Amino acid sequence: MFDDLRDLYQEVILDHGRNPRNFGRPDSFNRTAKGDNPMCGDKIAVYLTLAPDGSIQDAHFDGRGCAISQASASLMTEILKGKSQAEAEALFGHFHDMCTKDDHEHTDHGPVDEEAFEKLQVLSGVREFPMRVKCATLAWHAMNAALHGEEKTSTE
Amino acid sequence: MSSHAAVRAAIGDNAPYDVMRVRQDFPILSRTVHDKPGRAGKPLVYLDSAASAQKPRQVIDAMKRFLEEDYANVHRGVHFLSQRSTDLYEATRDKAAAFLNAPSREHIVFTRNATEAFNLVAQSWGRANLKAGDAVLISGMEHHANIVPWQLLRDQIGIALKVVPVLDDGSLDMDAYADLLTDDVKLVAITHASNVLGTINPAKEIARLAHARGKTVLFDGSQAAVHGPVDVRAIDADFYIFTGHKLYGPTGIGVLYGRKEILDRMPPYQGGGDMISSVSFEETVYREAPYRFEAGTPPIIEGVGLGAAIDYVTALGMDAIHAHEQRLLAHAMDRLKDVDGLRVLGTAPAKAAIISFTVEGIHPHDIGTLLDRAGVAVRVGRHCAEPLMDRFGVGATARASFGLYNTEAEVETLVEAVKATKSFFG
Ligand SMILES: Cc1ncc(COP(=O)(O)O)c(C=O)c1O
Repeated sequence: MFDDLRDLYQEVILDHGRNPRNFGRPDSFNRTAKGDNPMCGDKIAVYLTLAPDGSIQDAHFDGRGCAISQASASLMTEILKGKSQAEAEALFGHFHDMCTKDDHEHTDHGPVDEEAFEKLQVLSGVREFPMRVKCATLAWHAMNAALHGEEKTSTE
Repeated sequence: MSSHAAVRAAIGDNAPYDVMRVRQDFPILSRTVHDKPGRAGKPLVYLDSAASAQKPRQVIDAMKRFLEEDYANVHRGVHFLSQRSTDLYEATRDKAAAFLNAPSREHIVFTRNATEAFNLVAQSWGRANLKAGDAVLISGMEHHANIVPWQLLRDQIGIALKVVPVLDDGSLDMDAYADLLTDDVKLVAITHASNVLGTINPAKEIARLAHARGKTVLFDGSQAAVHGPVDVRAIDADFYIFTGHKLYGPTGIGVLYGRKEILDRMPPYQGGGDMISSVSFEETVYREAPYRFEAGTPPIIEGVGLGAAIDYVTALGMDAIHAHEQRLLAHAMDRLKDVDGLRVLGTAPAKAAIISFTVEGIHPHDIGTLLDRAGVAVRVGRHCAEPLMDRFGVGATARASFGLYNTEAEVETLVEAVKATKSFFG
């Protein structure tokens, strides 16, 4: 019945959706931001630990959401570790284009880690589901807000 | 009127109707969805009537015929078409009055939708009758349309908003309600039926208790008015609101019923043409109710469409529609019981054919996407009732809502699709 949904819900997504990596509020972090998708009630928070040079040492998330948003957040936290701020922003730009635009419309967001971007391709199916694009990009928007937001220290 | 509806009108409206014949009145119900080149899609199973109902040919045709033959502006011309147009538009006021068993057309105010009706009462009646320290009593199962207008008024004039809690089965806590009817409460504004839980609230009892303490009572009939007969005089409502597009009519028109003595004393809501009897730069005299509340050119075409929709459901019989939907509801509740991990929100004894549910381990948004592929249209999300979602500790639900045209076979399709969704994510 759901054959043509396999593009959207690839095995990797179902796996990350069921067993999200880096899930939960970490004991220490220095940046955080919330993402809220009022359409479907999803709420997530992203927690980043930035090194003194500004690169992302560690990334976690928590909150609830659909399989797409959970998998996207989980993949994101895996990929971001060790990335500089510029690399993270470039990935976000490329990822956003991948979710929302045809290939020939993609714009230049600076050099991107091809291997990391390759991993995000499993989410490219959302382009055919405009109502689900927000689910895929929610964590990335929160990550971006955390990068640019005020420094916040963990209360633990 | 379809020949089927005409026959029904003749034989009386309590008899069950032939749903397969009724479905033929709704052109959209015969379409398929997700067709691909070389592959037929799935037949549409439309279970989202609580968001907006589909329209019968009788409504579509009435609007088309009106535009082709009778259209002109209303209330302002001496010419032939203006008179025709006015007559047809005003006939809907009579039909809406009869539909609610209101005493006359003077009790019926047309609005853009239910939402505008709430805003009208809040800004017109509210500002004239409430002052800082007064309270409006709503319930924990209100649609945002019956929350936010009162919050705006609260921020403007300093009233308080009080909330009757909802019990675990989705019924209104009537004991708490009685206790909440304190002196500061001037208006009780509660939904007649919940768009999420399906709960049908005891409107008559709510009004009786409120009136005994001298309060004004408003009901949100957006859902109740489409699922069964409504009698505003039997309930003893001071205000009663519904919206055309959920009653198989067009978008762009809603109805506010108001007790005449109350409407007569309310100041205008918006200013403009049509709502005045004389205007000079020094002084303007407003028309009588209900026209005082209808500034500018009204939704004329939509008004004619709503009239046709009321004719349609009246011919089928609101009692018959209620009985049909109750059979579907009982069947669906029974079948959904077999699905492991499925939780229904709202199991009150008096319930309209609306089923909100969650499935353990699967987010409603994913459920919605999969059901859609099976041709089943449900709504997922917060249903404009965020406080209620919080009350039940869920971020969102999937909601299957039934209309007069749904069938038991469609219930089966829903149940099978939910089961298939579970194994997909399993
Ligand atoms: C219970 C209830 N009240 C109010 C509304 C608002 O109706 P409308 O959007 O037509 O103004 C709705 C529907 O969305 C509803 O279900």
